[in-house]
Amino acid sequence: MAVNPDFVGRTYPPSGPYAVDAALIAAFAAAVGSTDPVHTDPEAARAAGYADVVAPPTMAVRFAQASDRAYVADPEAGIDYSRVVHGEQRFVHHRPITAGDEVVGTLTVDAVRQAGGHSMVTTRTELATTGGDALATCTSVIVVRGGEE
Amino acid sequence: MRSLASVAVGDTLGPVTLPVTRDTLVAYANASGDQNPIHQDEDFARSVGLPDVIAHGMWTMGAAGTVVAEWAGDAGRVVEYGTRFTKPVVVPVGGGEVVVEGTVKAVDAETGRVTVDVTATSEGQKVLGRCVAVVRLD
Repeated sequence: MAVNPDFVGRTYPPSGPYAVDAALIAAFAAAVGSTDPVHTDPEAARAAGYADVVAPPTMAVRFAQASDRAYVADPEAGIDYSRVVHGEQRFVHHRPITAGDEVVGTLTVDAVRQAGGHSMVTTRTELATTGGDALATCTSVIVVRGGEE
Repeated sequence: MRSLASVAVGDTLGPVTLPVTRDTLVAYANASGDQNPIHQDEDFARSVGLPDVIAHGMWTMGAAGTVVAEWAGDAGRVVEYGTRFTKPVVVPVGGGEVVVEGTVKAVDAETGRVTVDVTATSEGQKVLGRCVAVVRLD
């Protein structure tokens, strides 16, 4: 089944809130090999001008992908997740995600296009705090590999 | 933190060799929420036509971003970061590695924005394409 082009332009209700705490930030930083103390030492983070420990730049994907689920899991969207490959990812950070933030993600389907028998789906998730602070704009391209049907 | 005045177009970062093991991928899966078994289960990965367990593309992006953040001296200063995922990083049972390098492509003295082109290779193959980070320095 092809990816449904009728979803282009659709914006989903905000997803979350997702709580950010120091343990999650420390675990993500360790997993990507970042030893920067701004991830683990509140004093170092405050000395650098942040309210608390800050997330590594790509940790935003955790909340973006959580916000994607309502779309990719919708049978009407026509996305066979077993055929999905991550094609591109981009982040624009408005401020670092920080321990204590409650994050909400608002997903918009920006594009669905066909190329070489595959479908390329571009989604954009705007992450913000429950208080309305803009955190990050996360743009993702997933490739849904075409079948032989 | 690195000072804006000390940075010039053509400056290079690395190369830095980053090891990656199956344990790394389990830790990344738990921290990111991406539990796709192609990143943990060799039999499953092979059953869907992959050569072996592969790293999450987002692990590779994140680990390469760490090299840029450490060069900048403050991970909170990475204001933009984007990439294409061109090849998977294969992680055999004994582990694999990714080599990350960067080159400063632009320095904006007014805004403090420094643009870094990043290359990441594994077993000689480019695994990230058009990988660009922007850091904001003072």
